[in-house]
Amino acid sequence: MARVDVRKTYKLYIGGAFPRSESGHSYEVTDSKGKFVANASLASRKDVRDAVVAARKAFGGWSARTAYNRSQILYRIAEVMEDRRPQFEEAVRQSEGASAAAARGQVDEAIDRLVWYSGWADKLGQVIGNANPVAGPFFNHTAPEPSGVIGVLAPQTSSLLGLVSTVAPVIVTGNVAVVVSSYARPLPAVTFSEVLATSDVPGGVVNILTGDAATLGPWLASHMDVNGIDLGGVAGLPRAGELAAELEIGAADNLKRVRRAPDAEPDWSTDPGLSPMTAFVEHKTVWHPIGV
Amino acid sequence: MPTTAPTGLAAYSEVTASEASLKRFLHGLPGVDQVGAEARAAGLGTRSIKTSAKAWALDLAIRMVDLTTLEGQDTPGKVRALAGKALHPDPSDPTCPSVAAVCVYGDLVGEVKEIVGSQVNVAAVATAFPSGRASMDIKLADTRDAVANGADEIDMVIDRGAFLAGRYLQVFEEIVATREACVRPDGSHAHLKVIFETGELQTYDNVRRASWLAMLAGTDFIKTSTGKVQPAATLPVTLVMLEAVRDFREATGVQIGVKPAGGIRTAKDAIKYLVMVNEIAGDDWLDPDWFRFGASTLLNDLLMQRTKMTTGRYSGPDYFTLD
Repeated sequence: MARVDVRKTYKLYIGGAFPRSESGHSYEVTDSKGKFVANASLASRKDVRDAVVAARKAFGGWSARTAYNRSQILYRIAEVMEDRRPQFEEAVRQSEGASAAAARGQVDEAIDRLVWYSGWADKLGQVIGNANPVAGPFFNHTAPEPSGVIGVLAPQTSSLLGLVSTVAPVIVTGNVAVVVSSYARPLPAVTFSEVLATSDVPGGVVNILTGDAATLGPWLASHMDVNGIDLGGVAGLPRAGELAAELEIGAADNLKRVRRAPDAEPDWSTDPGLSPMTAFVEHKTVWHPIGV
Repeated sequence: MPTTAPTGLAAYSEVTASEASLKRFLHGLPGVDQVGAEARAAGLGTRSIKTSAKAWALDLAIRMVDLTTLEGQDTPGKVRALAGKALHPDPSDPTCPSVAAVCVYGDLVGEVKEIVGSQVNVAAVATAFPSGRASMDIKLADTRDAVANGADEIDMVIDRGAFLAGRYLQVFEEIVATREACVRPDGSHAHLKVIFETGELQTYDNVRRASWLAMLAGTDFIKTSTGKVQPAATLPVTLVMLEAVRDFREATGVQIGVKPAGGIRTAKDAIKYLVMVNEIAGDDWLDPDWFRFGASTLLNDLLMQRTKMTTGRYSGPDYFTLD
């Protein structure tokens, strides 16, 4: 007798738990050839709200960790991803229609990218911070500090490498993230959330919502308790230009930091540079009297 | 000479005449179906209140808040700030109503009164709050002191030890005596709220008994908890109390208010309570004179939701005072 398929309905990842969407809605996820793969929760604006609350709660603890500890935790994510490599390869192959070898390459790069960012945790301050020369008996230091809760519209095409390349730079500096995954290719993000849940990342530091960036984006962009937003996922959506403008206008109300939407999705395999990290930090300058 | 049977509250004078009759009456009250009460409360909590009904409910909930601070570290400055917030919860929006009352310890009543005048009531906790463990003289002196300081409402705690030991008449007499202590020299009296500390009463049957006991003793309000004991207010406990005030009005014609306090932190919770008030007690109770929320953090969430309704975008805690 043929075995009956176990049809999966994946859930969201909010505050370290896996709740269903508050709306109760889900949608069918298909592979690159249009064949049914699984159901994913369709996040609503209420889920965005809940995720922001969970993220805000996690921000104090995460930003207060030492950079060294954050580095260890990011490295730990990479380790756990390595353990679940076959599952990631399968998810990337299904959703992006890549060959097995290409999928393997994507997973390699995603893991390497995490390791690379984990190294930056205790080095970014040395590179972009400064001891400023001033005309007086003072030490004058500038150091980067995390901005707070960052909304991330993850890339629509690159479902794993693009996701990791936008989430890791946000959290490595001490921010917390509310991520809206690729709509058509959410499964690598779902598996990534399962990795996060088992790799020492405190609940709420990364919250992953599967759903439509065009629907959820405006709520995230106008949310007064979100301090920054990465609009990378807008590229490739219908009416991308208008949507990006609308989101930037929404974000202006509380002066969010905005990482603007690119015209087309970038090639994620190139060296990302520092800008993904520096987009969401605040520079704090401290004056300290010398010799007291 | 024909005699007519007494009606209203007078009909219960025999019940409260002796320890034995009071006990017989309270233990004769029908028992609470625990599973049923919890299921009913959970069921009412699933009602969906949206758009204009939600806006109305949020404003009503704000008007019902007893903005509370009951900490050892309360300073005159802090309660003055809280009093200011009670008058204008959202300074950026003049259409936002004031809250019902500010609830503080008795010695800080004067500070609050100076700010709010007669626009917002001042409630004071008394009778050796929160434990209620002191001699009767001290409890009454505590109450008189708060009334003399200008308190409009007195929140007293019952002696849970006496109640649980079955000394109902003692609790009854304490409430009656405290009520007398609430009378001002001009004959008017400060409204009395009786706190049961339902988290310590163990069963819903005890909550129902305590409710009837306090109502027979002439309280104006019955209140769930001090906020110092977990669990504080819950939906099922409040449901039992709402049933009690409903039945009491049917039996005697006297309407008594209800105040859940402690543990109500979100606007969503508050709306669940309002739904329950409407469904169990009736819309006569949907008024700040008859239903209150004892809370501190709840107000900010109500204001955030209110701002969300008026601006169409989610608000954040950065835009409201920390208190």
